[in-house]
Amino acid sequence: MDAMLQEIVAKYNYWIYVVLMMIGFYAMIGKSNLVKKLIGMNIFQTAIILMFISAGVKKGGGIPILDKQAVLERGVEAASIVNPLPHVLMLTAIVVSVSVTGVALAILQRIHGLYGSLEEDEILEKIDR
Amino acid sequence: MSFLNLHMYALAAPLVGAMLLFAAGRFGRRLVMPVVLAALSLSLAASVLVFLEVLTAGPFSYTVGNWEAPWGIELVVDHLGALVNLLIASVALTACVSSLRRSSAELPERRHQFFTLYLILIAGMHGLALTGDAFNLYVLLEITSITTYGLIALGKGRAPLSSFNYIVMGSIGACFYLLGIGYLYILTGTLNMADLHRIIPLLDGRGAALATAFAFLMVGLWIKMAFFPLHVWLPNAYTDMPDGAAVLIAPLMTKVTVFLMIRVMFSIFSPVYEFIQHMAVQHIIVGVASVGIVCASAMALGQKDLRRMLTYIIIAEVGYMVGGLWLANAKGMTGAILHIVNDALMTLCLFLAAAAIAHRTGALGFERLGGLYRRMPLTMAAFTVGALSMIGVPPTCGFFSKWYLLLGGIEAGQWLYVGALIFSSLVNAVLFFRIIEIAYFRTPAEDSPVHEPGKGPRREAPQALLQPLVVTAAALIGVGLATGPLVERVIRFALPVGY
Amino acid sequence: MKEHYTLPQDRPIGPSLIIELSCRIMIPFIQLFALYVIAHGHYSPGGGFQGGVLLGAAYILMAIAFDQKTSMRFFPLRVNTALAGTGVLIYTGTGIACALLGGLFLDYSALEPLFPLGPVEWRSMGIFIVEVGVGLAVMSIMVSLFWDLASGGRLDRGL
Repeated sequence: MDAMLQEIVAKYNYWIYVVLMMIGFYAMIGKSNLVKKLIGMNIFQTAIILMFISAGVKKGGGIPILDKQAVLERGVEAASIVNPLPHVLMLTAIVVSVSVTGVALAILQRIHGLYGSLEEDEILEKIDR
Repeated sequence: MSFLNLHMYALAAPLVGAMLLFAAGRFGRRLVMPVVLAALSLSLAASVLVFLEVLTAGPFSYTVGNWEAPWGIELVVDHLGALVNLLIASVALTACVSSLRRSSAELPERRHQFFTLYLILIAGMHGLALTGDAFNLYVLLEITSITTYGLIALGKGRAPLSSFNYIVMGSIGACFYLLGIGYLYILTGTLNMADLHRIIPLLDGRGAALATAFAFLMVGLWIKMAFFPLHVWLPNAYTDMPDGAAVLIAPLMTKVTVFLMIRVMFSIFSPVYEFIQHMAVQHIIVGVASVGIVCASAMALGQKDLRRMLTYIIIAEVGYMVGGLWLANAKGMTGAILHIVNDALMTLCLFLAAAAIAHRTGALGFERLGGLYRRMPLTMAAFTVGALSMIGVPPTCGFFSKWYLLLGGIEAGQWLYVGALIFSSLVNAVLFFRIIEIAYFRTPAEDSPVHEPGKGPRREAPQALLQPLVVTAAALIGVGLATGPLVERVIRFALPVGY
Repeated sequence: MKEHYTLPQDRPIGPSLIIELSCRIMIPFIQLFALYVIAHGHYSPGGGFQGGVLLGAAYILMAIAFDQKTSMRFFPLRVNTALAGTGVLIYTGTGIACALLGGLFLDYSALEPLFPLGPVEWRSMGIFIVEVGVGLAVMSIMVSLFWDLASGGRLDRGL
């Protein structure tokens, strides 16, 4: 029990991401309002982005923006700067997330125009009638 | 102008065409046909040259921006990638002729926007066939998915709702894939596929994390390829699409995702990992694939609409390919890779025929298909060739891939899979002979638009819809006859070492 | 200014002098800062996507503070679509130009024959050129997304 508690406290950031992912996943599946599903998808993707970025953090590391002259003289010490590669990858993932949200919102507008409502059960009722 | 960058031209030509169409706006309406045909022809020429070069000189790798791998993004063109690249280019060019005609009937005002999305989709698929970097794969997968969401939502009726359901499920799949890549990055520190392949066997004591990464990658890709039981989004999405998009998306998207699964299984992880170290998983997956084939075929029997029936057949075909790959012997894998090519061509043929029939009769319910053999003989002849290929009748190509899959199943002792294949072939026979019987023997209904007194018996589909259909039907027989050289010279090199 | 500017009595929510004056002062500075962010992507946090979003935010601010019609008159829809396409064409065009001039795709040092700068300096300049392309595309897309969603797809009057 003590070891497990220690495990949870040591990696508390990953547990937060897991909780966020489950919240987003539940919203995507459990909610019937289409906009809430979309927000759930956003939460899920944001949790994954946070997990990636926290994978690159180092103890005592600084921002990976370096002074050109200092690097030309002394070189780069990799242990003193945070890993910038996950940041760049997640920039791309954020752009992908924004694009999917944009397309989904445009489609939701279309759905609202066609059926007058954004609740899944009401829409399915209108389709079956 | 060197041959070094040929495959990049295959990717860049549709992208530049799409942006030209988009930037020209309303003035681009007259430019749609020349730009689309020029871009896709250039792309096909480049793909053919790349394929021939890989056949003669062997695989090569290419780094974008001249940054060495693993720091730069690497593109790997090997036998399998060049084959899938050529398949994408040829299916795209054949389908676009039909799409040009259908889209001017379905969406006349928004044709330039439709073809912007269309060309970006094709560019994304070319990228998927060529990439050698795992995160680049995620970006391209999302490019193809987002354009597919947009293209589906342009349909009529309940298309926006089907597209939204596809968005939710497709995003879950892509996010799982991203999670898998995240785990692999945390474990190994690299994203390059060849580098991952080198480092993963050296990781001992990380078995649980590696297995979780593999599970996330597989489930993410299975959602995207509509592997049973994650297939729920596919029938609605593919039925409600506009016809012009369906002839491109239905043959290609799921097959390219199966190709991506092959990349993950063999180029990132190795067959030793999947088949030898985790043998129980293999039996489970083949079992699930068999159940999926049976269920999808059974559901196809209950459909009353031609397009919906074809979408359930697509789900069954995905089951064939996944099951064949996980059989863990050379015949099964050869059958699955051959089936990627064959199934794309068969689905293209059937969807082109469905588009031609919809163009003339307006609807695809079975009761409206009566008497079509008299009205549209060439269309129905090509449809019959596609149907025979689906059932698995020689010399069409469908027979040869099923033959390899059956032999592989028997050799591996997976009798459930063999039984599912035979059951599915019989169900396909029932399905397609039912349509052929309705089209041939029933007289058309009184109110059917096919039955037009005083207009003469033959009213074939327009040339733009007919020519690609006839070419594809001929290709089904041609590829079937060419199976020997295809397997010997291309697919044999696509299998992992030792098979 | 009169032909770009919707009169206060024609607007759906009514005028507010404070909001209008402050936005009129802020918007040019936002755009200038966005250009700074794009250009300084090499040396500080920034780059094409970030600067493009800021540029788009300037027009979205105009649409919220004044009226969507005002914003659409300052940045017409045809120019919007043309800029979005041009942005991506700049990126792909640079890549193809590098390939045609003998190097690999997006290998900026192959652009040497165009302007004598030195291969290392050309790599830096090449990144900047594609960032400009990305910024233009992102700006146009952000603004058109907002207009589309705020007006319910009709693109006439906004919130």
